[in-house]
Amino acid sequence: MEQGTPKRSYTRHFIIVSVLVIVVAAAAALGLQALPKFPRASTQAIVIDQMFDLHLAVIGFLFALVMVFMLYSLFVFRRQKGDERDGDHFEGHTKLEIAWTVLPLIIVLIFGVLGAQTLRQVTAAQPDEMVVEVTAFSFGWQFAYPELGVSEATALNLPVGRPVLFKMKSLAQDVIHDFYVPEFRVKQDLVPGVPTQLRVTPDKVGQYKVRCNELCGTGHTTMLADVNVVNQADFDAWVAEQRAAVSPERLAALGQELHTSQGCIACHNISGDPGLPGPTWKGIFGHEVELVDGSTVLIDEAYIRQSILEPNSQVVAGFQPIMPLTYGDVLSDRQIQALIEYIKTLE
Amino acid sequence: MRILRLGLVQGLFGGLVGWVMGFSLVVAMRLLLGLPAAWKTGVSGPAAYEPAMVVAAIFFAIGFMVGVGSMTDWLKWAVGIKTPFHHGARIPGSPEWTRYFSVDYSHKVIGVQYGVTGILVLGVGGTLAMLFRLQLAQPEMKFIAADVFNTMISAHGMIMIGSILLGVGAMSNYLVPLMIGANDMAFPRLNAFAYWINVPGALLLMIAMFIGGWNTGWTGYPPLSAQAPVGVQYFFLGVFFIGLSSILGSVNIIVTTLTMRSPGMSLFRMPIFVWAAFATAIIQLTATQLIGLSFLMVLTQRILGMGFFDPGGVVWYEVDKWVGGGNPILFQHLFWFYSHPAVYVFILPGLGIISELLPVFARKPLFGYKWVAMSSMAIALVGFLVWAHHMFVSGMSNFLRAPFMMSTLLVAVPTGVKFFSWLGTLWGGRIEYKTPMLFSLGAISVFLIGGLTGPPLGTVTTDMNLHDTYYVVGHFHATMFGGFVFPFFAALYYWYPKATGRMYNEALGKLHFWLMTPAFWVMSLGQIFVGMHGMRRRIATYEVGLDIGTAQMMVTIAGFVIFLSVLVMVLNLFVLSWRARHAGANPWRSRGLEWQIPSPMPEMSYASLPVVVGEPYDYGKPGSTYVQFAAPTLAHAPLAGGD
Repeated sequence: MEQGTPKRSYTRHFIIVSVLVIVVAAAAALGLQALPKFPRASTQAIVIDQMFDLHLAVIGFLFALVMVFMLYSLFVFRRQKGDERDGDHFEGHTKLEIAWTVLPLIIVLIFGVLGAQTLRQVTAAQPDEMVVEVTAFSFGWQFAYPELGVSEATALNLPVGRPVLFKMKSLAQDVIHDFYVPEFRVKQDLVPGVPTQLRVTPDKVGQYKVRCNELCGTGHTTMLADVNVVNQADFDAWVAEQRAAVSPERLAALGQELHTSQGCIACHNISGDPGLPGPTWKGIFGHEVELVDGSTVLIDEAYIRQSILEPNSQVVAGFQPIMPLTYGDVLSDRQIQALIEYIKTLE
Repeated sequence: MRILRLGLVQGLFGGLVGWVMGFSLVVAMRLLLGLPAAWKTGVSGPAAYEPAMVVAAIFFAIGFMVGVGSMTDWLKWAVGIKTPFHHGARIPGSPEWTRYFSVDYSHKVIGVQYGVTGILVLGVGGTLAMLFRLQLAQPEMKFIAADVFNTMISAHGMIMIGSILLGVGAMSNYLVPLMIGANDMAFPRLNAFAYWINVPGALLLMIAMFIGGWNTGWTGYPPLSAQAPVGVQYFFLGVFFIGLSSILGSVNIIVTTLTMRSPGMSLFRMPIFVWAAFATAIIQLTATQLIGLSFLMVLTQRILGMGFFDPGGVVWYEVDKWVGGGNPILFQHLFWFYSHPAVYVFILPGLGIISELLPVFARKPLFGYKWVAMSSMAIALVGFLVWAHHMFVSGMSNFLRAPFMMSTLLVAVPTGVKFFSWLGTLWGGRIEYKTPMLFSLGAISVFLIGGLTGPPLGTVTTDMNLHDTYYVVGHFHATMFGGFVFPFFAALYYWYPKATGRMYNEALGKLHFWLMTPAFWVMSLGQIFVGMHGMRRRIATYEVGLDIGTAQMMVTIAGFVIFLSVLVMVLNLFVLSWRARHAGANPWRSRGLEWQIPSPMPEMSYASLPVVVGEPYDYGKPGSTYVQFAAPTLAHAPLAGGD
């Protein structure tokens, strides 16, 4: 071991390295931002991409910091041929260690808070949400639009700009699947026995794909469904087309049958006479009615559906909240739609 | 016939006998009850006999362990026969090489056994990767059927994890006693048992591919794994036995580290790798049960109708038609409670190797030794609090996502301490570029990719996009290569002259490095790129429309270059350097204990008692010494610990 290896001065090295780190960090950050971006098509994607860009900036800086320091050391502090001396003896620097423990701690806490805030943004309920029920099965997808009376759609059609709440399930005997549209930047597993949900507001007309993102067996690779984000007029046309596939007359006939078979008739008559525990169905569709809380509501498809699924939420004035809560579980969407079509015919 | 007396051969024979016994037992029980021997009607092949196959596999492992001789001493004790401890070949007069194929109690032999098995298993896992990367090189390629593809990626994942655990076992078993000045581990018999249980474990994993395979990925989530082919049962059991090895091995490392250090070696004078191995052992001891448990629960759900993870309504059982009442997400909590800390099991020893080698080749003290040591412990502890970040989109409670995001991001802090301390160690050194140093530096650069791509996965919102895409594949491979593969290769080159007494071929070592490092960068960045452009994880092919064919081709080519470079290393270390020049006792001018004794090391490493009198990494401090050797005395009997 060499006696008294003279300590070198590092000031010059630190200045050079600092400049290099800044230059390389800037270049890395710019380079990373300039990478080709995958197309995006939802308002949630904007939030998520911003969060990712923030990550990229920090990644660029830390990459520059570590690599520049390392490569600079490797070049400048390399051993000369035949030089058997050791390096300079310093064992550590407590203040420096505290600094590079505390500073990263603060940064990750900031990122944690930002992460929580953005999570709140992308999961927040939006006004005027359209509910789409997603059912995954090995190996395909089905979509239902309960508010619109559309069920069993095999492609996901969405009007641009309208917030969507996906209510999702995998069949009880099935396996876990995952709903992922890369252009929307969000995903959610669909788990047998565990209902899940996801919110997306598509903001760009285009054609995309739902891609199952949880390994589900043989057909996983090809478990795709078309996504068509269209303008409102095209969407309305599509809905009409879907509904025409099931004629309102036939639905109304089914509704008449359900009125009896499901026991609705016990409390709701179709003659308009008073005296039963529930309001009559005759001539109510399209009219306003007063509720127990004094407000008024238009009796439309959404109101009837709501009254079947959550009977106590909007009780008509003069009646008690006594309707069984189980109809939402008992009746299928198609059956509810049939009841609505039946009520429409009772002018 | 010498070959028939090898423990390995006898173990395989014992395993076969056990398998037949186990299978017959179940069939006999069924016939006794008047049931048909086959369990599932209308199903042919191994799946028709699933319970018999499972019990047979358990008996296979027991038969192997008895046959190989790992339980002989304990069985003798049970009937009152004493078996005094002795070093050297078990059967007197047999040649040295036979020790490596039989039960041997020397930690140096066991370390080599771990290492060579690990490299063999690495070769199997790597070959699988090469095959399915061919299919992924271009879009719309379908020469591997989807089910076979799923089995291959699942096998690649778990076989590589097995290989990493074997490599970790190799490093900690070989190095910890040497580094603390002990002649063996605390429990040498347990040590041998812990190694050998890996062999039936690894064999079961490989057999699983040929009895129907399993299409679940290495994570084995139910309900998919509850419905997968029978191969999944052998996968579960293989992992179970490898996990048993982890638990038993970690007990040994902890006790050895705490009780067998040389005089004068306080905890903060231990070589830094020992800290890493110690932190690793704590994780292994406390977490491994959870993966064994979760897999066992699915195993019993399949054959005993215990519906832990079954939400109800599964009707493929012939008997016990309805189980139900379970929750699939519960499995994920149990599984990740091990499998997240497990990644720190994979990387902490490797990071310890980096910290160990940098001071030697930079000729400087390890910068902030105590901080580096404590950062390993901090990673080990924080690692237990972050498991649910694998489940951000699983359907678990929405609220849970925020606290697990916070705890996950915290891991960046101790990891950062390591990076900065490495930089501090290099700064102002006189750096020498031998192959082990190159691999340590390559490890830092590769682990940096893995580390920096982590926080976007730990942040819930960005993870909602990146989760289960190829971005994760890129991130994970970077952490595994930077945290394990590169440091493991560095360790192989570095201790090769100590273990064999010969010096490896430096030019070929550098060729290995310069092939592997750039190729890995290309592969890793390519994986991350395609993941951000619509490439999902675990798909057998992808559409032309995604426009990622070029990047995928580069990933595949880079993968083959890495594979080739590892072959260069195998050629170098196991063929060409066998008769190379003698290396001398201390070619790296290291201060470590093990470098102060001859190479190759004698059977009893430390004939004289090493006494630690200074700091481990005081390079550049005139007159400083780490260790002195006392004259051998009767008071110090260099025995292995009693068991």
